[in-house]
Amino acid sequence: MMDAAGGIPLEHVIWFAITLFLIGVVGILIRRNVIFILLSLELMMNAAAVVFIAAGAFHCQADGQVMFMFILALAAAEVAVALGLVVQLARRFKTLDIDAASEMTG
Amino acid sequence: MLYLLFLASCGIAIASAIMAITRLNASHALIYLVITLLSLAVIFFLLGAPFAAALQIVIYAGAIVVLFLFVVMMLNLGRRSVERERQWLLPGIWVIPSILAGALFVILGLALIGAENQAVIDGEMIGPRRVGAALVGPYVLAVELAGVLLLAGLVGAYHLGRRYLDERRER
Repeated sequence: MMDAAGGIPLEHVIWFAITLFLIGVVGILIRRNVIFILLSLELMMNAAAVVFIAAGAFHCQADGQVMFMFILALAAAEVAVALGLVVQLARRFKTLDIDAASEMTG
Repeated sequence: MLYLLFLASCGIAIASAIMAITRLNASHALIYLVITLLSLAVIFFLLGAPFAAALQIVIYAGAIVVLFLFVVMMLNLGRRSVERERQWLLPGIWVIPSILAGALFVILGLALIGAENQAVIDGEMIGPRRVGAALVGPYVLAVELAGVLLLAGLVGAYHLGRRYLDERRER
């Protein structure tokens, strides 16, 4: 398709990131287990990180990697709180089914 | 060579990501997630970001997935949960989400093809020195905000876990 002897075409990296992101979306839609939903969220965040790194590499700037580190901090904070919620869900409802929490309507 | 390595790690990442979201056993899914994250680290390295690759391995594959594994072990999901997972994951359940995702893929792909971008990344290394200089230079406010975010995450996780301890004491 393209002469890629010298390096990696930016377009292909973005195709890859789109694919990874959509796998995460499908994972969120098909699973009912909270742990798998969080796992799919991690996949989606990683897809965003790939695009940041690729854009940073394309422009030869460090900003892409800086943004990657912010994504890392965000993922760490998100996982800490979300897994606490998972433990609470498992204790209160004795299940990991995300639909069990739907009775928390305001 | 660079491109072939990139294609190989892309293939591994996508295959193991698909495996990760379709497993019935949570621990197996997490191992597949580790494979995805490691091949992403290879891709970061090929794109000229060695520091990001190292952080990906140390923090993502090391710390975050281990946190997931701790919770999976603590909840003690056994053979019973695999059975329940099999009931939840009905055979045809993936069809409509996949069609929606495919439509989104086509839309994004059309936008990408329309751009006619011929840009090539030659994999020039941007080392930790430049990243560090950027972090304490123009991004120093964002770094402090990330610190506040992590503190909020710490307090939130402590709060959610502490109530768990209190309930056990009351019993």
